Amino acid sequence: MNSAKKITTLLATFFLSLITFAQDKKTEMADMMKENGRIYVVVAVVLTILIGLILYMVRLDKKISRLEKEN
Amino acid sequence: MHKSWWKIASIVLLGYTVVAGFLGEVPRLPLLQETIRNLYFHVCMWFAMMILFTVSVVNAVRYLRTFNLKYDIYARHFAVVAIVFGLLGYSTGAIWASYTWADPNKPAYNSFSTIARDPKLIGAAIALLVYFAYLILRDSIQDIDKKARISAVYNIFAYAILFPSIWILPRILPSLHPGNEDNPALDVKNDISGSMRIVFYPAVIGWTLLGVWIATLKIRFTLLKEKKMVS
Repeated sequence: MNSAKKITTLLATFFLSLITFAQDKKTEMADMMKENGRIYVVVAVVLTILIGLILYMVRLDKKISRLEKEN
Repeated sequence: MHKSWWKIASIVLLGYTVVAGFLGEVPRLPLLQETIRNLYFHVCMWFAMMILFTVSVVNAVRYLRTFNLKYDIYARHFAVVAIVFGLLGYSTGAIWASYTWADPNKPAYNSFSTIARDPKLIGAAIALLVYFAYLILRDSIQDIDKKARISAVYNIFAYAILFPSIWILPRILPSLHPGNEDNPALDVKNDISGSMRIVFYPAVIGWTLLGVWIATLKIRFTLLKEKKMVS
């Protein structure tokens, strides 16, 4: 490895550490799940429950429809 | 699925209720704060309950006019689902009250005696107990026709008790519950802001349709069972 490459690697690691250093102040990520007091998390949880319940209802409905056809 | 457009409507409306209900604009009020969003859930339980009880009593009357046992089965299952919604409304109300009505300086259970004496709660409890009695009465009669006839008549009686106990009685007495002053419990034009109304109405329809869906599933299942017993 020549010295020019060594220096660029060194500089690259230096800048990388700078980036992480900058993040320490305020970890700003591109996730909307953490905005607005994380209300989106609640929305996701409740929607999951709702979808689960509705899938269950749909399954029951289909089962009863099948029974009705058999009779 | 069997006749599915209104089931899909129910799913869409409930999805909308949850998303818009949590993220939509609401008035900033002291004490209530974000719990005002419970309007889309707690209040809708009661609305769904009242609509389902109405469907139940209509079917009871239809039974008495035709003596077709099918209507008796309809009346029973709509009443059961309505009771479930009523219980959900009651328990969600209990949670909501313990964080808004209760004295914040004391533990919630200390305020219980005050809250439990609230006429609106007692009225709702009476209404639900009357309907519990409906189920007990039904299941204690062996003869199918007698059971259907007596419970249909009782259903009408229970319905006649329901509205005085949840709409009229609490209005005569002082209550912590909103909607006590002159106007009917929810004067939607003045009490609920426009941004909340666009979520509240779809929410009522969505929850009611969900209740209807559950009830129809139970009805279809019972009709199948009856058919099997006959054949």
